[in-house]
Amino acid sequence: MKTFPIGGVHPSDNKQWSKGSAIEVMELPDVVNIPLAQHIGAPATAIVKKGDTVVVGQKIAEATGFMSANIHAPISGTVTAVDMQPNGQGLRQMMITIKREGDEWSEAIDRTDTLVTECNLEPKAIIEKIKEAGIVGMGGATFPTHVKLSIPDGKKAEILIINGVECEPYLTSDYRTMLERGEQLVAGTRILMRAIGVTNAVIGVEANKPDAVKHLKSIIGSAADIKVQMLKTQYPQGGEKQLIAAVTGRQVPAPPALPIDVGAVVCNASTAVAVYEAVQKNKPLIERVITVTGSAVAQPKNLLTRFGTPIEALIAKCGGLAEGDVKVINGGPMMGRALSNIAMPAMKGCSGITIMVGDAAKRGVESACIKCAKCVEACPMGLEPYLLSKQARKKAWDAMEANDITSCIECGCCQFTCPANIPLLDYVRLGKQTVMGIIRARNMKK
Amino acid sequence: MNTLIYTILTLCIIGVVAAVVLYFVAQKFKVEEDPRIDETEKMLPGANCGGCGFPGCRGLATALVESDDISALYCSVGGDECMGKIAAYLGKEAPKKEPAVATVRCGGTCEKRPRTNSYDGATSCAIASALYVGETGCAYGCLGYGDCVAACAFDAIHINPQTGLAEVDADKCTACGACVAACPKGIIELRKRWPKNRAIYVSCVSKDKGAVTMKACKAGCIGCRKCEKVCEFGAITVENNLAFIDSTKCRLCRKCVAECPTGAIKMIGLAPLVKKEEVKEEK
Amino acid sequence: MANKFFVSPAPHVHSDYSTARLMGDVVIALLPALMVSIRVFGWNVLAITAVSIASCVLLEFLVQKYLVKGPVTVNNLSAVVTGLLLAMNLPANIPLWIVVIGAVVAICVAKMPFGGLGKNIFNPALAARVFLLIAYPVQMTSFPAPTMDGFVDAYSGATPLGAAKAGLVDFASFDAPGMFVGAMGGSFGEISALALLLGFVYLLMRRVISWHTPVAILGTMALFATIFAGIHFEEPSMHLLFPLFHILAGGALLGAIFMATDYVTSPMTTKGMVIYGIGIGAITMCIRLWGAYPEGMSFAILIMNSVVPLINKYVKPKRFGARK
Repeated sequence: MKTFPIGGVHPSDNKQWSKGSAIEVMELPDVVNIPLAQHIGAPATAIVKKGDTVVVGQKIAEATGFMSANIHAPISGTVTAVDMQPNGQGLRQMMITIKREGDEWSEAIDRTDTLVTECNLEPKAIIEKIKEAGIVGMGGATFPTHVKLSIPDGKKAEILIINGVECEPYLTSDYRTMLERGEQLVAGTRILMRAIGVTNAVIGVEANKPDAVKHLKSIIGSAADIKVQMLKTQYPQGGEKQLIAAVTGRQVPAPPALPIDVGAVVCNASTAVAVYEAVQKNKPLIERVITVTGSAVAQPKNLLTRFGTPIEALIAKCGGLAEGDVKVINGGPMMGRALSNIAMPAMKGCSGITIMVGDAAKRGVESACIKCAKCVEACPMGLEPYLLSKQARKKAWDAMEANDITSCIECGCCQFTCPANIPLLDYVRLGKQTVMGIIRARNMKK
Repeated sequence: MNTLIYTILTLCIIGVVAAVVLYFVAQKFKVEEDPRIDETEKMLPGANCGGCGFPGCRGLATALVESDDISALYCSVGGDECMGKIAAYLGKEAPKKEPAVATVRCGGTCEKRPRTNSYDGATSCAIASALYVGETGCAYGCLGYGDCVAACAFDAIHINPQTGLAEVDADKCTACGACVAACPKGIIELRKRWPKNRAIYVSCVSKDKGAVTMKACKAGCIGCRKCEKVCEFGAITVENNLAFIDSTKCRLCRKCVAECPTGAIKMIGLAPLVKKEEVKEEK
Repeated sequence: MANKFFVSPAPHVHSDYSTARLMGDVVIALLPALMVSIRVFGWNVLAITAVSIASCVLLEFLVQKYLVKGPVTVNNLSAVVTGLLLAMNLPANIPLWIVVIGAVVAICVAKMPFGGLGKNIFNPALAARVFLLIAYPVQMTSFPAPTMDGFVDAYSGATPLGAAKAGLVDFASFDAPGMFVGAMGGSFGEISALALLLGFVYLLMRRVISWHTPVAILGTMALFATIFAGIHFEEPSMHLLFPLFHILAGGALLGAIFMATDYVTSPMTTKGMVIYGIGIGAITMCIRLWGAYPEGMSFAILIMNSVVPLINKYVKPKRFGARK
């Protein structure tokens, strides 16, 4: 079975808890906080003010420049504040607060279930619609989709890869989307192919989801343009570079090279569904499927949630937090961010909430490095995490740059595998951020 | 006997050949350097703390010797005395600076600033601060994982386990600025050093609104401007909900300390002001 | 609320690897070889092993507690592995006081002065063995003859390698199947190839070590021996028997599987492991064929241990996306 060329680990996927529960619609919240920074790039600029009334799907914040994304009202009601509010990490960010009144939708949105596969729009018009709908990568990186689809001059896309791998343990939101919204996913895939001008696409799915593979294959039928590729269950199979390598055999060179340099464009499965809705139904990105799961969650669920809904409401819906030591993670356990504030609103990049309890909420005790080389073996980018983390502790930034720290994808394989429980990635990430800052400053000088 | 002679002879020849080779190599790779750099380096404290902005004392010594105007170069560890000596030796005008001391501007002790969560990552302020606000509700306060302690070459700053805050040992502090650069929250400031290490400063850097600050910490500056009004020397300014005392204008009159409702203005080495009347009488 | 929230950077899950588990697996992998030795040399073997392990653990405990005054980490089982490996590198009739001296060298000279686990340059068990070999050559090289019924005929056995060195062995008649299961003289851990290979399979299955180092060592030795045999022996049967003899005899398997793969003193990359293995194999064969000692595994590993930092510095793993 196809997989990426180097490294990788095999964490227990623990998807059994939530994979069986069909997507459920989460109740509408009474008040939502909508952060203006839900994507990579410049935060959007608010275009509503206190006292304005809004309807579902109305644009409330406009992209600030090209590398940014629009934001739309997920509920109808009155804007009560445009102010700083704490995010999941407790940092105060600009957010638009809306108090809900009913559930009134913008008239432009087609809310029917009819499947519209026909799309005759020009590529430019498709990308413009996607931009208007505020779609960003929904796998977690939240890279604005219209930027990804705008192929730079001189480059040519050859293949579209739809990322249905969901290698992150615990999470099942993409899995449920593939099972329940497969037709929309395939239609969205064809729209994306048209937008970037390619004639073939591959949907990559990890081997632990054979029913999703079967379902998608049955939808595609005999059509030759889209292929469903089953990939080995191995983390980080869904990393953009790993996925491209697994599917096409081509390796994206070290940064600043991008996937397009090997002719590939990768989009998440949920993003493809969102693209379908935006282009065919005029529906902007206002909701997504969020998995709430964990060993101690009473009823793990996949919830179709409007953005801005507090995370604690989602947790309460699934049975609430167990008493004692907990760690609430925005995302999965390998790359998700631990929250210090569970009142945080659900956002575009939030694919799941993972709850760890008891000893699993805490890290093991660090001991001495025994130079077992397991981190080097596990690194999917062929780096030497033990060395990089040592250099970061010594603040040897030049040496880190020479050892290709900028290639690190922060997947966490090194720290996952380390028998001595050394916080390798903590230091490697610090070093990467510092070195990237140094490189940016150097480029600015030039 | 022959063996002995041959051995000694061979060794001697090897030695001579090696010496000759070494001599020529040394000649070829010799670096011409101003001998004054060595002398200047000897006059510097030799702590290699990096406080001057150069990687070590030799870097500063080279810069001192090579540049004509040395007014921008300063070794805060050696102070005016050391710089005067070097300037005299080099025949240049000595740069002068007022003595300073590192000041930790956070009063959020464990008591005043309740913990809302438990940090479980690597023990480093830089890593914790890149991740989130920290273990309390305050996004500006001291994290207490000791990046400043690790940066200090003079053993002058420590984390007090009782308060969870960094504390400066003013007698050991050389104002090199290493801790200022190391603190990801920008809490540490180099302030004017008064005699007997006396000081008055705002022990808070929170720019949050008063209500938000108050919720997170009982010792924070809420930007109420009472201190600004009471200051007779125009030393206090309030910007972004945060008071700042300009140490060059402050005369240590202590009125602001008495006025501050949260105790965010701290003083060191001074007796508290008892009554306002007494101060007026003194004048 | 009765919740205590924990916050840390990702990742939030951990594999089931721990230092103690990995070390424990090494101990388990050595058990078959130990059992064969007990069967062949008698209960003395167990006494030596017990004394060696106990002294190593005790010494590490004492050094950590009273000299370094740091945390005591003997529960990570690394001292147990050192003790066990040291014991298995000794003859079965060694006086126990020499075992204790070996433990002192292993822990108090080769390991702790460098900073303890993870920081030593040389494999502690091997450093101790080589020290004993030089300090007590008589006791270290008089091996009891193996007897399968538990009877030990002391001071009469010679190792196959020693015999070969002295020109006493008739290669054509050497007992390959016997050597494979353990009927040969030598340090008590090295005699049974079968038991050692069983341990190797276990270590590979548990993903404790990778195959690169052992295969590189044994491959190099076999290649070296084949070329040597091709030049020096007329009869074609020797071209096969000679390499086989060198892999089965002496400490080749014990060294390749258990000593050279010691985490701390071996390279960090697979490419590095192969270079390291080739170095060990080549040096071992040079010592065996042309050196003063009949056996060269220990010296070869120690010599290559000293090169490991250099290998780690210059041999980098292949980066993802690197141009070929």
